[in-house]
Amino acid sequence: MEPTLKFFSGFAPNDLWYMGEAALRTLWISVLSISLGTVLGTLFGWMLYEGRRAAALTLAPVLDVFRSVPLIIQLVLFYNFAPIVGLNLDPFASGTVILTVYTAALVANVARGGIEAVGAPMRRAGRSLGLSYWQDLRHVVLPIGGRAVFPSWVGVALGVMKDSALVSVLGYVELLKASQILITRTQEPFLILALAGAFYFALSYPVSRYATYLENRWAQ
Amino acid sequence: MISIRDLHKYFGALHVLKGIDLDVQKGEVLSVIGASGSGKSTLLYCINGLEAIQDGTVTVDGTDVHAKGTDINTLRQKLGMVFQQWNSFPHLTALENVALAPRIVKGKPKAEARDIAAKQLQHVGLGEKLDVYPSALSGGQQQRLAIARALAMEPEYMLFDEATSALDPELVGEVLDTMRLLADEGMTMICVTHEMGFARDVSDRVAFFHQGVMEEIGPPAQIFGDARSEHTRKFLANVR
Amino acid sequence: MFDYNFHWRPVMKSLPDLLEAAALTLQVAVLAMVLGIVIGLCLALARLHLRGPVYWFATVWVELARNTPALFQLFFFGFGLGAFGLHLSPYLIVLAGLTFNCAGYLAENFRGGFKAVPETQIRASRSLGMTPWQAYSRVVIPQVFRIVYHPITNQMVWAVLMSSLGMLVGFRELSGETQFFASRSFRIFEYFAVTAVIYYAIVKVILLSSRLMAARLFRY
Repeated sequence: MEPTLKFFSGFAPNDLWYMGEAALRTLWISVLSISLGTVLGTLFGWMLYEGRRAAALTLAPVLDVFRSVPLIIQLVLFYNFAPIVGLNLDPFASGTVILTVYTAALVANVARGGIEAVGAPMRRAGRSLGLSYWQDLRHVVLPIGGRAVFPSWVGVALGVMKDSALVSVLGYVELLKASQILITRTQEPFLILALAGAFYFALSYPVSRYATYLENRWAQ
Repeated sequence: MISIRDLHKYFGALHVLKGIDLDVQKGEVLSVIGASGSGKSTLLYCINGLEAIQDGTVTVDGTDVHAKGTDINTLRQKLGMVFQQWNSFPHLTALENVALAPRIVKGKPKAEARDIAAKQLQHVGLGEKLDVYPSALSGGQQQRLAIARALAMEPEYMLFDEATSALDPELVGEVLDTMRLLADEGMTMICVTHEMGFARDVSDRVAFFHQGVMEEIGPPAQIFGDARSEHTRKFLANVR
Repeated sequence: MFDYNFHWRPVMKSLPDLLEAAALTLQVAVLAMVLGIVIGLCLALARLHLRGPVYWFATVWVELARNTPALFQLFFFGFGLGAFGLHLSPYLIVLAGLTFNCAGYLAENFRGGFKAVPETQIRASRSLGMTPWQAYSRVVIPQVFRIVYHPITNQMVWAVLMSSLGMLVGFRELSGETQFFASRSFRIFEYFAVTAVIYYAIVKVILLSSRLMAARLFRY
């Protein structure tokens, strides 16, 4: 029994460092995908709004696929598809691509909702003041529509942050994967899971509370 | 008979009813007038027990509304109430709105409850709207629906809490006509109202409330023609 | 670029097994939803009407479910409970994790639904002589049900998508089964592509039947 006992070494300060690094990787891939996905998704949302029938027939069903297939399946599929078309992507790159497109698919609906929330009369008012199409988009639609859907966007962003845990399936050692590895080695599942959970919670809870607070304040 | 003796009602530190004494006889129509916040709506809520009271008694046909042993749900069947916001049940058709309480509170068979409902809807002039959902009815129609819903419980008293205040002006008439109809049929009614014409023409007595006190009560001719209280005269001068 | 030969035959051969696993996916998702609706309703009512320990229990449940990754929740019911010597079968891990998650999200939907039904509806019901229970069950709950109908549908879709995490805790629902076959045949892409199609079909069937049911249920 001696060697086994040595192998299961218990939780050491070093391991905390290891988890911290993994947490940073979770943050990094989340921030990257959410940023890129938001830009892409806003563009898609605008296309859905302006393109009307054409977009409804082409873009909408494609985006719909990303919302109707489990993220984990998307990740595995893309990771195994990339080499077939001659792309050699590491787990991080594959994960980022899929998380970005996944974010974009969710943000597209949010963004379209935001543009619709502004309403035609308000936009006509803007245009009647002599604003160009782009000025109207920048100075009327973005601030008003953006505010209307900001809470939904926060929801999407936090969702993607939590879902980034799934990139572990490709072997990317983010926080949950690191936790799993440590649990196997240290046999301290409760402590390690509590730490990991606390990290996600500490990130997600204040942000979602703040979004709710803003939503209530703006609603008045 | 509804008897109210030395009724006191507080909302926290706010004293909203300050010792009300009032008797309403069977068959009588009483209108209650006064400025907003004078406590007149609260009076209605105290009569059917939707609000607790802090002192005094309210008895309906000899039953103490606020006594511990009183079966308030049975007592309320005697006291129909119509609210300012008509509160139709949006998930039920007009017929189902009216039939619900007879069926589940009085335990009437489904068919009988529907017959009662159809009859009462006819009564308030909604005979054509039995299977319509409230969302497709105007405010005036929804308020008449609320009246039919209360009548279906065969109440002995009807309490109207500013039944026309939330309505568009052109819809007030049809609801007042329905209330007039009930009065003509001999229903005992207490109507908190801002419609002075209704108060003068339809009621047997008019009570004027001012800051939680019933300042005066009397026949319409006296209240509208020869009010004793300074407050009453001032109020009436302002609303006319 | 395309020197990869797609082999669909092995996938087609195991299609019956995959469909059987899909039934298991649906089963665990439906079960989690049924439990989640019942528990979520209780959590919502506890948060609306109670104080003290029960309120806090419900609040902690809801916030943990919403602010940590679903995979974390599954790990908790997997390794986490292991720390207390409680070892659940993979099926139970997924069922418990999904139920925990769904109940938390649904509780917030229910809470919003209850808040959206005006207090005056209860007053009107009570004035007709209904007991508090009759007012709740005949007037309030049917209206809440309509408000939360679409959120429930969405949560059902999420439950199906989330059940794919079973793959990471050794549960052979659709994703787990796919991984099992894929790793034996090395036809990873083909297997997961077919599975993606199955998920897509399941999601579409859920949404379609929900829409058909809504048309029958809500005529107002």
